[in-house]
Amino acid sequence: MRALRSLLAATLATGLAAIPLSSAPRAQEAPTPVPQHWSFDGLFGTYDLESAQRGFKVYSQVCANCHAMHLLHYRDLEGIGLRDDEIKAVAAGFTVPQGLNDDGTPKEGPGTPANQFRSPFPNDLASRSANGGALPPDLSLIVNAREGHADYVYGILTGFADAPAGFTLQSGMNYNKMFPGHQIAMPQPLHDDQVTYDDGTPASLEQEARDVVTFLAWAANPELVARKRIGVRMILFLVVMTGLTYAAKRKVWSDVH
Amino acid sequence: MAGMQKSEFENPVINWIDTRLPIFTMMQKEYGVFPTPRNFNYFWNFGALAMVNLMIMIMTGIFLAMFYQPNTGLAFDSVQHIMRDVNYGWLIRYVHQNGASMFFIVTYIHIFRGLYYGSYKAPRELLWILGVVIMLLMMATAFMGYVLPWGQMSYWGATVITNLFSAFPWIGPKIVTLLWGGFSVDQPTLNRFFSLHYLLPFVLVGVIFLHIAALHITGSNNPLGIDVKTPQDTLPFHPYYTIKDSVGICVFLIVFCGFVFFAPNFLGDPNNFIPANPLQTPADIVPEWYFLPYYAILRSVPDKLLGVCLMFASILVLFVLPWLDTSKVRSARFRPIFRQIIWVWLLAVIVLGICGAHKPEGVWVVLSRIATLYYFFHFLVILPVLGKLERTLPLPESISQSVTGGRGGGPLPSGATAKPMEKA
Repeated sequence: MRALRSLLAATLATGLAAIPLSSAPRAQEAPTPVPQHWSFDGLFGTYDLESAQRGFKVYSQVCANCHAMHLLHYRDLEGIGLRDDEIKAVAAGFTVPQGLNDDGTPKEGPGTPANQFRSPFPNDLASRSANGGALPPDLSLIVNAREGHADYVYGILTGFADAPAGFTLQSGMNYNKMFPGHQIAMPQPLHDDQVTYDDGTPASLEQEARDVVTFLAWAANPELVARKRIGVRMILFLVVMTGLTYAAKRKVWSDVH
Repeated sequence: MAGMQKSEFENPVINWIDTRLPIFTMMQKEYGVFPTPRNFNYFWNFGALAMVNLMIMIMTGIFLAMFYQPNTGLAFDSVQHIMRDVNYGWLIRYVHQNGASMFFIVTYIHIFRGLYYGSYKAPRELLWILGVVIMLLMMATAFMGYVLPWGQMSYWGATVITNLFSAFPWIGPKIVTLLWGGFSVDQPTLNRFFSLHYLLPFVLVGVIFLHIAALHITGSNNPLGIDVKTPQDTLPFHPYYTIKDSVGICVFLIVFCGFVFFAPNFLGDPNNFIPANPLQTPADIVPEWYFLPYYAILRSVPDKLLGVCLMFASILVLFVLPWLDTSKVRSARFRPIFRQIIWVWLLAVIVLGICGAHKPEGVWVVLSRIATLYYFFHFLVILPVLGKLERTLPLPESISQSVTGGRGGGPLPSGATAKPMEKA
């Protein structure tokens, strides 16, 4: 028994020892994002809808000039609390592809809730060509697609700075504290008062970054609120079920022991 | 009339069917009154849990296949379509995705149970071998399933793993071309992986049927590892073990739901949220956690062919385990040395898993080499030799004597004082 315990302890110790060892070499490649507090953290966390709506404004006015979100449709904006008429108005504000004209030429027109988010470029080549060879990634899943998730994206948006002395930037690149290698093709997208919020919230850089990351987190995991709500009920149900089943087991087995 | 079953069921409909096709009698015999050792602990839940898990995987998989597109241009977005637009598609997909991990968790515990209590020894060798076949089929199925979402890790994982076969001289490149259906991982690869990913689970069902058939011939092993001798040693499967398995299933579902609802991507890789790009290799190509120990063995050897051979050998060695372990005593409880070194073996496997998650540099290479050596040393040297040298503890006379004696305060069989696993 003692041997078993010491072995288990050794297993645990090895596992624990592996954690700092594993993060040490990575830290040199890419800095660890500073953990932020997010409305969608934790077992009961949900999206701060006002923040997500402000974030949608930041996306539409700033990010959307280069970054597509092709997995989203305007109808999905229901998920950040927009009403049907608001969604119709938002969609109508964008000119989107509408298939072909009768003569076979591409047709465009005002968007409807059923349309995909308008992409800034027709394809990756056009996108690269307009962005000095760099491809602005689609943002539909960006929060899930990066190690560090929301904290990382927030770190990128707030991580622009002047390159430290002795650091040589390649031409067309920008210094970023969070980006692996610190050279990012994207110029700093957000500044203080980059957008004017409808609800009067002061548009500091941090506020804009926080809002757009909340929006992007929702875009990547639109099911999160329903998922956690169902999850809490499922776990509660199963805990009760386990108790009842265990009681039944004890009763069935009472004549054996 | 010679073959007609004399059915004992009173319900006339059941009786009518059972007389002509005695499935009810069979179920009653194999799952109702089936004599089962009375001293199972909760480690004996994990076979049933794996069965439940397989059914969950097949059911969710059927619905996913209704929406999934096995096409390199559409696959990634079709998975996101399931996540976003299909009613409760996110639930079905997350259950399927995390179900793969849960399947390996319960199966690995099930296998360790077999190792600890000597369930592979005579007369259960074939039962064990069928189990190893099941594990291999599971691995193939899981690997091909992971390719289907066509993310970066799907694509590059598929490239790395299929390329392993190229290590074999002469025939290797031909095997790889056959697996790919072309000259790189591409549309034909995705198409055939989808087809096989749908097929193999049903092959799995067939082999599991044989696994259970073999189990019902030899009967179950038990924590004492001694044979059932009298009816007092057993209990009917129903209700005793149906209810005990139900407790395990509830706890299993709690853990499962914990992953699905609160950390659905905890075991996944962020890179797989990026669509597959043949022109851009991710910084680290890491398989899913359940393949990490084998991956570490593979990378612990500088020579590719030898690494591939060792990796396959790490599983193939399990086929001959019944003959490598020379001890006649099954349960670790009565093998004082084995009972300790089996944990060292487990530690080696865990160390291999941790090494597999890191780039093969510096300390990780050294650690994975030591752990690989120990892994094989355990099977090829320790087990054959230990069986000859170890002084085992005296076995109890019977299961019933041990159970009632152990509870009643009478003289304990010496091994029964240490019951690390006993909960029942």
